[in-house]
Amino acid sequence: MGSAPIAEGGLNVLEFTILIWLFSLLAGFLGALTGLGGGIVITPLLTLAFGVDIRYAIGATLVSVIATSSGAAAAYVREGFSNIRIGMFLEIATTVGAIVGAFLAAKTPTAAIGVIFGIVLLYSAYVSSRPRHDRALDSRPDPLASRLKMDGSYPTPEGPTAYRVHAVPAGFGLMFVAGVMSGLLGIGSGAVKVIAMDQAMRLPFKVSTTTSNFMIGVTAAASAGVYLSRGYIDPGLAMPVMLGVLLGSLAGARLLARAQTKLLRLVFGVVIAVLALEMIYHGLSGRL
Amino acid sequence: MAHAERAWTDKRVELIIGDLLRSGVVLAAAVVVAGAIIYLVRHGNALPHYRVFQGEPADLRSVSGILADALALRGRGVIQLGLLLLIATPVARVAFSVVAFALQRDRMYVVVTLIVLGVLIFSLTGARL
Repeated sequence: MGSAPIAEGGLNVLEFTILIWLFSLLAGFLGALTGLGGGIVITPLLTLAFGVDIRYAIGATLVSVIATSSGAAAAYVREGFSNIRIGMFLEIATTVGAIVGAFLAAKTPTAAIGVIFGIVLLYSAYVSSRPRHDRALDSRPDPLASRLKMDGSYPTPEGPTAYRVHAVPAGFGLMFVAGVMSGLLGIGSGAVKVIAMDQAMRLPFKVSTTTSNFMIGVTAAASAGVYLSRGYIDPGLAMPVMLGVLLGSLAGARLLARAQTKLLRLVFGVVIAVLALEMIYHGLSGRL
Repeated sequence: MAHAERAWTDKRVELIIGDLLRSGVVLAAAVVVAGAIIYLVRHGNALPHYRVFQGEPADLRSVSGILADALALRGRGVIQLGLLLLIATPVARVAFSVVAFALQRDRMYVVVTLIVLGVLIFSLTGARL
């Protein structure tokens, strides 16, 4: 942990850009293969290994999150998994939360942001390492969800399957929290979004993950406006991160159908946990 | 439009949204790459400066400043324009959804979507708290 950041080694802009691009490419690739998202490891990597100020790192990561979310959502929407009405309704909560989070980011000491980041990182790794299976669908109608026309159907091997939506207020509240996290830390908060739709609103797993992905871009755009006007988004840094993560995640998604991801998920999960602990350690020892 | 008489089904809206998102990302990435080439050719030998947070200069923080820098073909300005296009992609998606829900005569979701659009526009223009 005492090693000097790589950026101190006298790299020039070209070398620095290529190195960041390669790391982002790898992060995007592994993030897509494992379903954990590539953006989540970029901020710890930039701050811990390259000595980048966490505010620049968060700004660059947020931009890459918009790119991967929009790129992936384009495919999911066409396949008919995402529920656009649920997504749009919950985006009220995530966008307002994202603006609140982005304002909090300016008022929160960077050390505290580092510690919170580490905790959220650990939690995300834990959530996505658990086995995923759909619970029995609850077919009783929910008055509020019906009024909001949220019930839908999604493609399965047995043909279109209908589902009903539940606990809209609880989902809405959790989405606000997801938005705040996204604005504060520059991440997509996919883990919290999936919990809200999966556990609270009882959506089928495939619907909740794709709708979550669909929402991440809009949520991140809300905080990006605030970040931009505060000067957190540096073009020189965001450029290699965005191009790397985007290309890496497209390649990862392409390979996903054929890859054996169990071991990869484990390895990437361990990497995330180590980065999370380092973030917490650096935050607590006041080095962020 | 050749298919103007076709109904605005959810499926058709989803297909258009998919195309919109994909084109937005491709366009943004292309502009970022163009800016990156200018930036790296001119400043590749400089030293990076990300250890201490200074915040971006005023011209890279606002839409008008970014447009001016990009038109002057400054590398960082062109990259920032690409990032702005990227941020605008989800916003365009929401704006299109307002129209789509209106064509479907779904008044409740027109209101829901307008609220989301309002929050996004507030963030991109008015947020100076």
